[in-house]
Amino acid sequence: MSAYAGAGMFTRREALKRGILGAAGLALFDPLRALAQKPAPVARAKAVIQIWMWGGPSQLDTFDPKPDAGYDYCGQLAKAIPTNVAGIQVGELLPLLAQQADKYSIIRSMTHASNAHETASYMVQTGREPGRLVFPCVGAVVSLFKGYDHGYQGLIPPYVVLTEAQGRFDEAGFLGQRYKPFATGGDPNKQPFVVEGVIQEGISDQRQQARRELLHSLDSLGKAMPTDLHFQKLDQCEAHAYDMILGDARKLFDLSTETAETREAYGRNTFGQSCLMARRLVEAGMPYVTINYKGWDTHKQHFETMRRKLPEMDKGFAALLTDLAGRGLLDSTIIWWSGEFGRTPRVQWEAPWNGGRGHWGKCFSAVVAGGGFKGGQVVGASNATGEEVAQRPVYPVDLIGSIYELLGVDPDGPLPNPRGMDVTVLPTAAEGAKSGGRLKEIMP
Amino acid sequence: MNRLLLPALVCLAAVSVRAQVVRPFETDVWPVAMSPLDERVDAALKAHGIPAANPCSDEVFLRRVYLDVIGTLPDPEAVRSFLADRNPGKRAALIDALLQREEFSDYWSLKWGDLLRIKAEFPINLWPNAVQAYHRWVRDAIHENKPYDQFARELLTSSGSNFRDPPANFYRAIQGREPAAIADAVALTFMGSRIATWPQDRRAGMEALFSRVAYKKTDEWKEEIVYLEPSATGPLNAVLPDGSKIRVEAGQDPRQAFADWLLKPENPWFARNIANRVWSWLFGRGIIHEPDDSRPDNPPSNPELLAYLEKELVAAHYDLRHLYRLILNSRTYQQSSIARSTDPAAETLFAYYPVRRLDAEVLIDALCSISGTRESYSSPIPEPFTYIPEDQRSIALADGSITSQFLEMFGRPARDTGLESERSNEPTDAQRLHLLNSTHIQRKIDQSWRLIGIGRLGRMNPRLAISSVYAVVLSRYPTPEELNAALAYCTAPGSNPQQAASDLAWALINTKEFLYRH
Repeated sequence: MSAYAGAGMFTRREALKRGILGAAGLALFDPLRALAQKPAPVARAKAVIQIWMWGGPSQLDTFDPKPDAGYDYCGQLAKAIPTNVAGIQVGELLPLLAQQADKYSIIRSMTHASNAHETASYMVQTGREPGRLVFPCVGAVVSLFKGYDHGYQGLIPPYVVLTEAQGRFDEAGFLGQRYKPFATGGDPNKQPFVVEGVIQEGISDQRQQARRELLHSLDSLGKAMPTDLHFQKLDQCEAHAYDMILGDARKLFDLSTETAETREAYGRNTFGQSCLMARRLVEAGMPYVTINYKGWDTHKQHFETMRRKLPEMDKGFAALLTDLAGRGLLDSTIIWWSGEFGRTPRVQWEAPWNGGRGHWGKCFSAVVAGGGFKGGQVVGASNATGEEVAQRPVYPVDLIGSIYELLGVDPDGPLPNPRGMDVTVLPTAAEGAKSGGRLKEIMP
Repeated sequence: MNRLLLPALVCLAAVSVRAQVVRPFETDVWPVAMSPLDERVDAALKAHGIPAANPCSDEVFLRRVYLDVIGTLPDPEAVRSFLADRNPGKRAALIDALLQREEFSDYWSLKWGDLLRIKAEFPINLWPNAVQAYHRWVRDAIHENKPYDQFARELLTSSGSNFRDPPANFYRAIQGREPAAIADAVALTFMGSRIATWPQDRRAGMEALFSRVAYKKTDEWKEEIVYLEPSATGPLNAVLPDGSKIRVEAGQDPRQAFADWLLKPENPWFARNIANRVWSWLFGRGIIHEPDDSRPDNPPSNPELLAYLEKELVAAHYDLRHLYRLILNSRTYQQSSIARSTDPAAETLFAYYPVRRLDAEVLIDALCSISGTRESYSSPIPEPFTYIPEDQRSIALADGSITSQFLEMFGRPARDTGLESERSNEPTDAQRLHLLNSTHIQRKIDQSWRLIGIGRLGRMNPRLAISSVYAVVLSRYPTPEELNAALAYCTAPGSNPQQAASDLAWALINTKEFLYRH
């Protein structure tokens, strides 16, 4: 110890005085205690389905049409269509969603000003500016507050991604491995939906059982160290895994139990069936489902892609709204539709884009429905060309904060974490976070 | 140690080992002599009345030292020849050979990539070209055994282009470019200390030393220059972490002053930190633990042991391979993983070799080598696209942001902070599902040319086939009991040899013995 003190940095007493001792480590990681400090808001929503428009969807061609802006902005999609709510119009390729506008609200003034995929994804999914720490995504935060530490009993982890995880940055941030999403892999539009690890074709239950017994009989090191804690943890994981492989979990992923009409209504494609799968998961008590919907980074062939993909999106999203409402689940399930940013309102006609749209973080749209969010409303507005926020800027922190409030998670409360850092769920005004305020206009 | 003395020592040792030996993981004779390192471990254990574990068997040692030193499984031929070798010095010879392997440089570049946060993308944003340049520089340094103090000095005093002066990326691979962020990264990397735990004046002093680091763009796409702020012409008064005050004259590099202080042999932070880190990399636990959280209230569990390693390293002019060799040749390292005491201090005082799940990259490489399959990696974002050659090992990946669900799932660190704890080797349900029942793994097993060949062999000679699967997966041969259990499975009525070989490989891959370093 003497050599150590000789390091001359500072003494234990000094450290005690500054109150830093023991600040690190798991000792402080007690979510229940942290939550007890302040009453959380009343929960209205139980679950979130996040439709992540990976790559950044065009706001002009979806929920913020600008039919009067001219060809340079609208290209070949110049028509806006009326919805079942007077005064609200959407893009011409969304006829089914137009009939559901009373169920959702459109935010037309989302803004964060970043045009880089990773940075923008981080901001939209965490509500934070990039900084020294990597914060968790909304899904990881929800699985912290609504997952295993808070009575969630499901076999499947409380944060599921259909089908591919983002992998561009760490969804769980400093919360760590335990709060990462379970990515299904596979394709729900195929029969069977091969959920990686849960469902495997060509291996019978009998063979599963037989080789599991073989594994146990050959696990010599495990038998030599029966009290080892690492090994006990692994055994526990194995038991859970087999509960999923041989138990009821696989029934949950078996979409063939749905009627043909239902499957048709959602659209027989990966996105449509992912929406259907999300409904089944939420119905079974899953708190957070992300549908990672790829293909919206349309620098080139933009209009062709819109014509191909928007009808698919229209059908799946609209069917999800109808189905959740019909089953009485929409009141307790938030749907959040957004990408990391929008796209350049002015079409890039020049080579090499030849009619594409670039990244646009200055002003874009998001859609929210259910779980307490009012439907049939428009929040904020963009200017005549859709390039600037004209009214009521909404920053990611405002939208995420509203979702948290509806879930009964205090956005200003402490975010318990394994490093024992003193951080709040979302950044506060004191931290200099830009905010336009939570979405009180569409909240109860 | 004189080799001629060994047999005599071995005889003495044989008498002292009395505990029940667990086959095939342990042996009853110490194959190496007690070293000065072991004496220090032993003294602490004796003081606590904790018995050390038995010596590990040759089978265990072979697999362990391959995985620990080069992150690679021994191939079946290496298994055969090592186990058949009667040379009493074979363990030391193997250690020497492994320290010279190409995979040594790959594996330890992976570790340094974690600590230095080598990553193309958010939030570090080194960009692909700089990642390649930086990683190559680090790998070359490890390969040529650059003395560690020189390695540190070159990083600390680096300037220039991210493409042409690779170590300059040290100052770019930090979240934040303000002096506080840099000081934080420097203290963590080279002192194993978290600056948030320092008194304010020491923190401020440290920040001042890095207040002149500046960054600028060039006309080349994604090129960036790290340089010293030329407008700062006046002298700089700074406080070193030990409290001593220094004055850096105009035109001088304050980082140089810091490096001079840090790298003095009597500096208590530098050598201690790296000695402790190397120990923790080989034992999964630091003598100061966490190895990057050195604080007055987090003392070493065995100060004499740490002091000894530190002294050895400085005397060897910061030759890290010397330190590896010293540790790997010790009895402490060559203990079995089966603890003989339930005292919690058995763990902190190293009374056994602790089991750890294989690192994500090592695990996928091992699965690929068993099956003779490959993983393909590419990264379409950010530009320019990165494509990794098909035959490249995962431990040799330069870029921490290459997309891979497997590596993510198995706890590859995000390379955001440089904290050792970012890498997680904790098991999860999702990992277990993946290994037990994913098409990814099943396909590897089913398509393995090796296992297909063994399956064919199984038609004629099931015993030999079973032994072959054992050698490929567990780097040893089966015990008679294991052979019988496997034989019963493989020759059960209605089973086909191909499926039996595949199921046997599946079972062994899912044993703790395979999944863990032990």
